[in-house]
Amino acid sequence: MIQGGPAVGDDRAPVLRLRAAAVGYGEVTVVDGVDLELARGEVVALLGANGSGKTTLVRGLLGLATVHGGDIELFGEPVGHLTRRWRVGYVPQRHTVAGAIPSTVREVVASGRLPRRGLLARHGRSDRLAVRAALAEVGLAERDREAVSTLSGGQQRRVLIARALASEPELLVMDEPTAGVDAANQRALVDVMRRLAGRGVAVLVVTHEVGPMAAVVDRAVVLQAGRVRYQGPLTAQMLGASDGGRWDGAPQWDGAHWDGHHPPADDSLAGAPWVPDLATGRDAGPGGE
Amino acid sequence: MELLSLDFMQRALLAALLIGVAAPAVGVFLVQRRLSLVGDGLGHVALTGVAVGLLTRSAPVLTALVAAVAGAVAIELMRAYARTSGDVALAILFYGGIAGGVVLVSLSPGGTAANLTAYLFGAITTTTPADLVAFVVLTAVVLLLVIVLAPALFAISDDEEYARASGLPVLRLNLLLAVLVAVTVVTSMRVVGLLLVSALMIVPNAVGQLVARSFRSAVLVAVVVGAVCSVGGVVVSFYAATPSGGTIVLLTIAVFLAVATASGVRTRVRAARHARAEFHPHVHGEGCGHPPVLHDDHVDYAHDGHLHSAHTDAHGTHWDEHGTAPPADRAAGAAPDGPR
Repeated sequence: MIQGGPAVGDDRAPVLRLRAAAVGYGEVTVVDGVDLELARGEVVALLGANGSGKTTLVRGLLGLATVHGGDIELFGEPVGHLTRRWRVGYVPQRHTVAGAIPSTVREVVASGRLPRRGLLARHGRSDRLAVRAALAEVGLAERDREAVSTLSGGQQRRVLIARALASEPELLVMDEPTAGVDAANQRALVDVMRRLAGRGVAVLVVTHEVGPMAAVVDRAVVLQAGRVRYQGPLTAQMLGASDGGRWDGAPQWDGAHWDGHHPPADDSLAGAPWVPDLATGRDAGPGGE
Repeated sequence: MELLSLDFMQRALLAALLIGVAAPAVGVFLVQRRLSLVGDGLGHVALTGVAVGLLTRSAPVLTALVAAVAGAVAIELMRAYARTSGDVALAILFYGGIAGGVVLVSLSPGGTAANLTAYLFGAITTTTPADLVAFVVLTAVVLLLVIVLAPALFAISDDEEYARASGLPVLRLNLLLAVLVAVTVVTSMRVVGLLLVSALMIVPNAVGQLVARSFRSAVLVAVVVGAVCSVGGVVVSFYAATPSGGTIVLLTIAVFLAVATASGVRTRVRAARHARAEFHPHVHGEGCGHPPVLHDDHVDYAHDGHLHSAHTDAHGTHWDEHGTAPPADRAAGAAPDGPR
């Protein structure tokens, strides 16, 4: 179990609040006009096709992309001036841990504790406990001395989740956590999300496929061409019984949930000119990896 | 020993030991983030500093230090801010460094080709007592910073983007690492030489990479290999009258090849006689449903027609494949000599 849990005090403010937020890189604005709030313990899925701006938006929350307009606040503080950044745990999109020198599961997870503990502080008892708890949370406590590179892709993903949990975050941001992960590891992931939400941790998960996570997702936000096209409960075809829960953002409209924006009627919109093919490559989904 | 009675050899051996420890300890972070060539580049830049020192008749170690540190900071700032053109800018800095060095050395009063060769490839006789004092102090500072900041340097090297997202001061840590590399380059220029210094940062870590399972043990292996090869190389170069830098690097590469061959053979031997059973959460034991089978001197368990044998090592117990279960056991459900 993660100790401490969310800090108290300034927590009248939502965990995350975006108001008319625009985010991009350099001069290029990729997402625009995004309004979004996340409360403690809420699990929100951010959906959209490749190039819809999901990853860019998330990178904006993490301080890795530039806010071009509007406001992004975390715990009531503007994202650029967030003092304790470790309150946000980040699980990046890539499948594997990539360093050239072998490192153990424990070493990687402990590196997630560093921001909270401070650069010069000793790795003390509370830090060791937090690392152990994070490992236990993802079911890797027994494998902490193994080299990360010897684990399967799904297990390596769990290592990255544990690394994010080691700082005992109040918001967990996961980018495509189920892509390329086998069913058993997906179930483990869903269990982790459920327990975290139960403890009041907010979870924002960027994904192509809600499928395996449908049971824990409270709300979906659909991005299309850098704009929010839908925000609300999961819809039938997001769960996608027919195609294993795969959601490509554009063509499948159920006639009820496009929030007043022009509903795409069929597959003809795939590759339509206003669906940007971003040359940045920063928003590549699993297909672009 | 004749070797140790010579003042210059004492200094060379001590300098070799210092650099043999410090270079891999700093270099591991370059290898980890696949920036192995930065050390090379800073060696080039340091050459210009050496030349300035010769030209102005000041201590070449100090001017090389200034040039290398300035180059390191420039490289990091380019990496951070000039993303697309960073690669070309780096190349220009490297070439400019060595070209400037060659031209300036030729202009300086004592500047000869032999002089240049000593700086480029190392010459054990050139370490002065003043150099040695500077090397001891610089190496102590480098090692102290690496030890204290190892977790942070690991974090930025393992996943720079994650480190940035989690609020670590990535740019400052990158700058610090670059400066540590620059200082290491300069302290190694007498023994290994500016063109070969990078080898001592990288090759021992390639050995660590082969044999270690954790980052920590990889660094320890690299430091031992670096220190042994560095000191050993100086000794060999004394008796064989070869340039110290080249000798040290060849020795390090020989160690790497030997370890690579040995670990390749070991992997194959292990794979041949040690096949691990499929993922195995179940512990075989009495009454587990899998028939026990006496196999030579131990008991295996028949599991879907093949034998599983307990194998306990440092990481606990797992189940090895021990061949096919005899059909009789499969049919009968128990071995006649099974333990009860």
